[in-house]
Amino acid sequence: MENSFLIKTKDLVKTYPMGQTKIFALNGVNLNFMPGDFAGLVGPSGSGKTTFLNIVGSLDSPTEGSAVVMGKKIEDLSHKQAAWLRNKNIGFIFQTFNLLPVYTVYENVEFTLLLLNLSSKERKDKVMKALEWVKLADRAKSKPAQLSGGESQRVAVARAIVKEPSLILADEPTANLDAENSFNILDTMEELNREMETTFIFATHDEKVIKYLRRKITLVDGKVAKDEVFENKNVKGEDQ
Amino acid sequence: MIIPRLALKNLLGAGLRTWLNVVVLSLSFVLIIWLQSLYRGMGEQAKEAKTDIEFAGGQYWHESYDPFDPLTLEDAHGVVPGPVQEKIDKGEATPILVTQATIYPEGRLHTILLKGIDPQQSVVILPSKFLVQEGEEIPALIGTRMADSTGLKLGDWVTVRWRDAVGTFDARDVQITQVMKTSVGTVDQGQIWIPLEKMRELMSMENESSLVVVGKNTEEIPTVQGWNFKSLEFLLADIEYLVRTKTAGGSIMYIFLLLLAMLAIFNTQVLAIFRRKKEMGTMMALGFTRSKIIQLFTLEGAMHSVLAAIVAAIYGIPFLVWFAKQVGPCQRG
Repeated sequence: MENSFLIKTKDLVKTYPMGQTKIFALNGVNLNFMPGDFAGLVGPSGSGKTTFLNIVGSLDSPTEGSAVVMGKKIEDLSHKQAAWLRNKNIGFIFQTFNLLPVYTVYENVEFTLLLLNLSSKERKDKVMKALEWVKLADRAKSKPAQLSGGESQRVAVARAIVKEPSLILADEPTANLDAENSFNILDTMEELNREMETTFIFATHDEKVIKYLRRKITLVDGKVAKDEVFENKNVKGEDQ
Repeated sequence: MIIPRLALKNLLGAGLRTWLNVVVLSLSFVLIIWLQSLYRGMGEQAKEAKTDIEFAGGQYWHESYDPFDPLTLEDAHGVVPGPVQEKIDKGEATPILVTQATIYPEGRLHTILLKGIDPQQSVVILPSKFLVQEGEEIPALIGTRMADSTGLKLGDWVTVRWRDAVGTFDARDVQITQVMKTSVGTVDQGQIWIPLEKMRELMSMENESSLVVVGKNTEEIPTVQGWNFKSLEFLLADIEYLVRTKTAGGSIMYIFLLLLAMLAIFNTQVLAIFRRKKEMGTMMALGFTRSKIIQLFTLEGAMHSVLAAIVAAIYGIPFLVWFAKQVGPCQRG
């Protein structure tokens, strides 16, 4: 059972210095995630949601404790190993989409594949497949500035899924979207989760996202306050 | 190959910001090349003109002759030694007699150098043929600078006074038979050319001269007593020094221009690093290592220079070619 965890954190602590004192962003977090989880971290601002995602995404390292992601101890990874883990296995979706403004939609999605030594045909096939998934194949040549918020986030989703990662970390993915676009994005993500067994971990305040979660972890002051699992949710996030 | 491709894409994608830097840098490149070639061209032209019009293949100076000390000119003359006279007879050299004199155009006194040259000579490119004497009148040749400073015109008569070989004052009227336009001020400013033989006769200096100009392609330079041979290299040393000084002065400007351009690029890149922090974070999240991001930004900065060189070539080469056509070839005589 131990080895089947996609993510396992033990006594995870992350502190930031502030003057003479230390701020505890995470304070002894023990959480495990299985492949195919569709989970969310909820809690007020400053509760440690984003910090947790950053550590699990190998963008940051813990101050104390350990985080094992896909068998790799995050605290022991070199910059290069961490970058490789992100490139191969982890997709990110951000609140502000973070598309690269000088590239087209196609190039933004292709960007993440450039480091994987794929042929241009392989890259093209994967990019077009990802864009078809998010129903944006016809906007491949557009620049991010020409897209609506919903379309931009769908491009960000395509960029996250194009390399078919095992894990997608989404930090407030619907915060800049209206209700209709939020539901569209969430439907797409849940479909991906079901069809490809991609693990999704969200950091969110948004009730619309929370409605879709099959597992809701509440963080308060860097600690896990509640960990709830909803086994019987359907595709649309509705209770059966 | 990913990094150069992305750097180029970022560079071109940045639009106006990139082009502003590129244009500033390319202007610096073109200005540096233009000024450098201007100085070199001016130097080369001055050397070529001086060689053709004044120095030819070098000069024998009478041992007392010092062009920078007019007070010594009274004694700076002597009979041309045999081996040099042989060259003169063969047309491979031409003697010049120099003395101080005064003229009185429009009632004002001007101290000048009176120079005698053989009207038939072909060693230096001077219009000495206008000094061919047909009657008793003494023909005189002056340059445009001399004409401007004295008010003398073609056909004018002017009284010239000098001391002869024994120190006696003598004076004659000469007629301006030609006003030559030349780029070499040292055969023009403050001097009057008259026929050599007439000058020798008036000054009682038979067969004497102050210097002898040797033809350009003369290989054999005999050593003679009482005369010093000054090579072309020695004679052109002042111009070489002047060009070097100008070039050194120019270099300060090049450094300033390049610093300005580099500052613009550095400033843009530093600002870009702050402005593009989010972009860098996204790249890291997508799997770029720190070193790859540093490579990307460094290459982006360096590509400014490459792009600037291309842009500079696009408008700089036609401009420099056009400019070269406007100013060259150098004017002589």
